[in-house]
Amino acid sequence: MKSFLLDVRGAVVSTLVFVVVLCGFYPVVVWAVAQGVFRDKANGSLIKDADGTLRGSSLLGQNFTGEAWFQPRPSAAGANGYDAASSSGSNLGPTSQKLADAVKDRIASYRETNGLKADEPVPADAVTASGSGLDPHISPRNAALQTARVARARNLSEDQVRSLVQSCTEGPDLGVLGDAGVNVLRLNRALEQLPSTMK
Amino acid sequence: MHTSDWLQLALFVGLLALITKPLGIYLTKVLDANGKTLLDPVVGPLERLTYAVMGVDRTREQNWKQYTVAMLLFSLAGCALTYAILRLQHLLPFNPQGLGPLNHHLAFNTAISFTTNTNWQSYGGEGTMSYFSQMVGLTLHNFTSAATGIAIAAALVRGITRHSAGVLGNFWVDLVRSTYYLLLPLSLVLAIFLVSQGMIQNFKPYDTATLLEPQKVQVEKKNDAGETVLGADGKPVMEEQVITDQVIAQGPMASQVAIKMLGTNGGGFVNANAAHPYENPTPLSNFLQMLSIFAIGSGLTYYLGRMTKNQAHGWSVWGAMMVLFLAGVITCWWAESRGNPIHQGLGVVLGDGNMEGKEVRFGIFNSSLFATVTTAASCGAVNAMHDSFTAIGGLVPLFMMELGEVVIGGVGAGLYGMLVFVVLAVFIAGLMVGRTPEYLGKKIQAYDVKMAMLSLLVLCLSILGFTAWASVSDWGLAGLNNSGPHGFSEMLYAYSSTTANNGSAFGGLTANPANGDPHYNVTLGFAMLIGRFLMIIPIMALAGSLVQKKIAPPSVGTFPVAGVTFTILLIGTVLLVGALNFLPALALGPIVEHFLMLKGQLF
Repeated sequence: MKSFLLDVRGAVVSTLVFVVVLCGFYPVVVWAVAQGVFRDKANGSLIKDADGTLRGSSLLGQNFTGEAWFQPRPSAAGANGYDAASSSGSNLGPTSQKLADAVKDRIASYRETNGLKADEPVPADAVTASGSGLDPHISPRNAALQTARVARARNLSEDQVRSLVQSCTEGPDLGVLGDAGVNVLRLNRALEQLPSTMK
Repeated sequence: MHTSDWLQLALFVGLLALITKPLGIYLTKVLDANGKTLLDPVVGPLERLTYAVMGVDRTREQNWKQYTVAMLLFSLAGCALTYAILRLQHLLPFNPQGLGPLNHHLAFNTAISFTTNTNWQSYGGEGTMSYFSQMVGLTLHNFTSAATGIAIAAALVRGITRHSAGVLGNFWVDLVRSTYYLLLPLSLVLAIFLVSQGMIQNFKPYDTATLLEPQKVQVEKKNDAGETVLGADGKPVMEEQVITDQVIAQGPMASQVAIKMLGTNGGGFVNANAAHPYENPTPLSNFLQMLSIFAIGSGLTYYLGRMTKNQAHGWSVWGAMMVLFLAGVITCWWAESRGNPIHQGLGVVLGDGNMEGKEVRFGIFNSSLFATVTTAASCGAVNAMHDSFTAIGGLVPLFMMELGEVVIGGVGAGLYGMLVFVVLAVFIAGLMVGRTPEYLGKKIQAYDVKMAMLSLLVLCLSILGFTAWASVSDWGLAGLNNSGPHGFSEMLYAYSSTTANNGSAFGGLTANPANGDPHYNVTLGFAMLIGRFLMIIPIMALAGSLVQKKIAPPSVGTFPVAGVTFTILLIGTVLLVGALNFLPALALGPIVEHFLMLKGQLF
């Protein structure tokens, strides 16, 4: 009985000590170092205008639907997609009717928007929702298929747009890890800042 | 299946093999009450202070019952604290979004989920949890449930290596030393590295960004009372709305994610877990997260070899784990690269594979590798949505969990789970040659095999029993996001994941329906308790039995527990038990779905 009571005391006291060390001291040390050394990243890699207006994060996707913009992947985050306070995938399975219908519609609309032939294959990332619903990237092939449309809508040469796409392509890390992706928000911001004459 | 992907796989397994020995040697020092480490000057005083306020005599060892009781009391204390925090979240600090308290069954489910090292996310992360709840209520268990697992593994290994004894070490000492000397320093380093990759660590309220291109959307019209307005046809009336802002969730993420990986916890800071760009910003952060999931579990196999003075035994166990792991990775990767023929028929590029639920920066390979790593170990973090994997791609993580989380497994839990299979393998080998089975010189007798089998049968009963109940109940079917065999897979996955203390999910299943039905939260909570404690108790009884036995010198008839024969026998035992228990259920879910997918059948 005495040893049982000692264990009860051990359980309660150790929990409290751990709260102080692991839930107080530890996160605060990480916070202090992070804010000191990687301030920008620790605060969300935020993108701001010259006047300080917050425009998004270079790590998080935003939705774009106009033809003068590169369009990101479909998103299942929040009711309208790209809700960065409600990350989520579609969680629809391989034999889901709902998913197959959505993929069919997206393929048709992608072909129409980008002037593809009726039987031309469409990149998988362009017609599927990402895991987070906030995927900042599209595949290089997806970007290449959108280049002509964006160039036309913005009165730019395709080469100009292509070189921007190139400069916004990220990965693979260390030359080998992961897949290459084009950061859509960075790319569209670069387009917006070009002195162009939009139709 | 590109060359660069094979290279990444080789890099992953190679690096894992390289860190196994140094980590294993370090573990022998951490798990020795008198062990000396480089950190002694810094951590030693904190360790001694902790014992002093707890009233623990570090030299007093416990028998298996005392050790187990201490572990249970400790788990109970932490679980109660987290339950209280979640229920009182609105009254506590660090809640800039003003999030309300969790209801009682969600708080019950979440508190158990973290106490048992499961971290099944019934909650939504950024929409549910305040910074205080994350940092104190959840992070606490990320450390302590992992340390508890390591302690139990250490006790079992002592049961194997000591002879004619009664005590297995002191739970409190194992707990405190694993936390202070191993988990805390590794987490500090990993957390700061993750921030360098773009992971957030702040306490500010959520940010609001102005979109580059405002978005017109159709939303359901609401009246002043907030109810949906229905048209004459009974359908909701839609109206156009322009969205101009993006609210961006923030918080102290890196400190929680580091230990989420190292401790094989897996509970996400945000709903999308490690698929979220903040929670896994780059392929490099992804690689390090995968490596940290396996690191300690892998090191523990070296610890086993070192303690049993039979290093080849440790490596043979590791080898068996790696064979099962690689078979899983390659199967999952193959299925995901082949993609979904239904979508390909509609016009998706053939070579792109199945990208639904996956992030571009990780692609097919790193999503498949992560899925296998996280379910082979009992981590449960996800960087892609398993629910959207192809049928066979989803079967791999499901089966990995049903094998009992012994392919590296949870920190500690993987080793003690695998040692149960070792005992069984030795027993089967003994039966085949007609000798009394021996494990490292100790006779394996009826009581030992009973305890080993009990811990395995409990898993099977919980997974299949609860799945059967859910699949014939209205509450069970109401929570599904998919129909047909995939809906069944969602239920099977949920109870497999919770019983195996994994925590990943076929995330379409919701345990929090609009009508507030508590069945899922409560049954999943019990599955987690069963999977954790009804497994640990027979294993501790086994340790208590083994520690009393004498060690007989090896003879010509002794079955060697190292080498290829042993490794094959061990793999065979794990696969046989898993297949016998779960193949019928798998046939009703992913296997039949695979054939229906090939036929183009939709639900």
